[in-house]
Amino acid sequence: MKTIQELEKIRKETLEKISLRKDRKGTRIVVGMATCGIASGARTIMMVLLDEIKKRNLHDVTVTQTGCVGACRLEPMIDVYKEGEGKTTYVDLTPEKAKRIVSDHIVNGNIIDVYTIGAYER
Amino acid sequence: MDLYRAHVLVCGGTGCVSSGCNEIIEKFKESLKIHGIEREIKLVKTGCFGLCEAGPIVIVYPEGAFYSRINPEDVDIIVEEHLLKGRIVKSLLFKDSVEEDKIKAIEEVGFYKKQLRIALRNCGVIDPEAIEEYIAFDGYKALATVLTELQPTEVIEIIKESGLRGRGGGGFPTGLKWEFTAKAEGDQKYIATNADEGDPGAFMDRSILEGDPHVIVEAMAIAGYAVGSDMGYVYVRAEYPIAVERLQIAIDDAREQGLLGKGIFGADFNFDIEIRLGAGAFVCGEETALINSIEGKRGMPRPRPPFPAQSGIWGKPTLLNNVETYASIPQIILNGAEWFSKIGTEKSKGTKVFALGGKINNTGLLEIPMGTTIREVIYDIGGGIPNGKAFKAVQTGGPSGGCIPMEHIDTPIDYDSLIELGSMMGSGGMIVMDEDNCMIDIARFFLDFTVEESCGKCPPCRIGTKRMLEILDNITEGKGKPGDIEKLERLSKNIKESSLCGLGQTAPNPVLSTIKYFRNEYESHINDKKCLSGVCQELLQFVVIDELCKKCGICAVKCPASCIDGVKGKEIYSIRQEDCIKCGACVDACPFKAIIKE
Repeated sequence: MKTIQELEKIRKETLEKISLRKDRKGTRIVVGMATCGIASGARTIMMVLLDEIKKRNLHDVTVTQTGCVGACRLEPMIDVYKEGEGKTTYVDLTPEKAKRIVSDHIVNGNIIDVYTIGAYER
Repeated sequence: MDLYRAHVLVCGGTGCVSSGCNEIIEKFKESLKIHGIEREIKLVKTGCFGLCEAGPIVIVYPEGAFYSRINPEDVDIIVEEHLLKGRIVKSLLFKDSVEEDKIKAIEEVGFYKKQLRIALRNCGVIDPEAIEEYIAFDGYKALATVLTELQPTEVIEIIKESGLRGRGGGGFPTGLKWEFTAKAEGDQKYIATNADEGDPGAFMDRSILEGDPHVIVEAMAIAGYAVGSDMGYVYVRAEYPIAVERLQIAIDDAREQGLLGKGIFGADFNFDIEIRLGAGAFVCGEETALINSIEGKRGMPRPRPPFPAQSGIWGKPTLLNNVETYASIPQIILNGAEWFSKIGTEKSKGTKVFALGGKINNTGLLEIPMGTTIREVIYDIGGGIPNGKAFKAVQTGGPSGGCIPMEHIDTPIDYDSLIELGSMMGSGGMIVMDEDNCMIDIARFFLDFTVEESCGKCPPCRIGTKRMLEILDNITEGKGKPGDIEKLERLSKNIKESSLCGLGQTAPNPVLSTIKYFRNEYESHINDKKCLSGVCQELLQFVVIDELCKKCGICAVKCPASCIDGVKGKEIYSIRQEDCIKCGACVDACPFKAIIKE
């Protein structure tokens, strides 16, 4: 190693991958992964989310999972917790919808109303 | 490396290895594969989390769920419930982390709440065998700063101002030691690390080497730059195979990355490190004996001066620090001397790692700011004494330290307060004793250890400690004579004053401190031939309480010495004391608790 820049590069690259262990701030995406969710394709949704986050280099977003909230007919569903925003629940997801949620909501901060549980129930 | 949604951290410290963590890791690998989620979940083997009592430990992030005492059978449950379905398995969580159905974060658990982890900051957080993870947590940044921005004298000034004192036990100001070595004249200087942790019950150095080996590599290189040395030796005992292995990996990886070798960070500075294995002699923790051992000679101390700073390895100026001392260095460089000196007490700055053991609920490794009281360590962090027993004393400093009784439990821990109490910081072993421990037996145990480990070079230590042990043996066997206590005190004074090295100079401490605080126990052993705690076998008597005896005869059947007489159903049983071997089998056998020891 000859320069501090090289060191800093390794630090940043690795930190991204292990930031999970460091802080719990930022955005949290919770994927419903009970039997109902998995059966409706929640795992694919989760992988899409992980790929998108990696592709876009989003450091402060974590993807976790949860059990069944009872609305099995609306699966796959995710909850997005953004700082200062409360919870947004998206339902009946497809990989395309998941990608749009990352770009519109997570990155640009625009909640996609039509995908939310409120819109679906109407 | 891919992005993972969860990290499973399994403790890979020696404590957890012996309670089966390797099996747990294998089982996780298998189970993640079966469920097809090995690409989503990262499995990391870390260093010691500190709570060895609860091992093997598994932590799952991002939730920070703290699973304790995990069996291989539990792994499938964790994978299926937690990792697959996202339901934390409450029944497997560390008991203190669950409160009224609410799961507390690790930092909120009593054991960790009062701790401040500087030397242990990466232990249990990073993968010790991955140099990138160390770098991600600011590793080698201090070395880079030092090499590109600071002069060697400035580095020494920072260490001096921080108030850091040697963590191996002596408590000598680290900055001064660095300065002496820097100013010493010599064409070649050496940096050395003392990882010959020999106190019974102490394992902080091992845990640092196992959990965060790069911090030692980095700190030694910083020290090398500060004092003008290009070569370092780590003296570590061969009984620490995991520590040795991980340190070697760290050294190799650092070399490969150019963090050891020539022209580090483009500066005109070369540094390399080699490991020297010791055969596990306690005396080799003494600096001059350690240097002899590094040179391949018999590990025996020599008189000082000259100190190693003037004449150390191969007669060259040598800077020798303890593992834990080095582990604090990079953080001091990064955060500044003032940050460090704000932690702790007036004369003892920073934090200290302790290995907590004995009669305590949370056996393990902890790091606290200096000035924390013994009570906080025992009750808040240690979780108190098991089985509702009463606290009697705590032994600090291992065989060189002494016992601190209940009346001093509110003493803030620092170098000076412990010495005032007749004990010492030592390397940081803390052995807790409850009402069932006999203090003479404890003193005897430690003295037995020093007699065994005395190198034999100087007579006060070789002969003196042996004589003291004989007196203690007599006392515990009921052959104590009036005047024994005074004789012990006189011998102690002479040994302390005339021994060559620290081993002999501190060897009488366990005896002196127990005499100081528990003189009544010595007196009852000598005068009344009684061991109040019921430990010293020779002073015990097993007797049958006539009113409780149901004449069943079970005790007589169980007695291996056939020394219990009586007639089944007709006659109360009694023990022939002259033939009794005091094994206690009858006490366990009696269904009516009619036999007691007194």
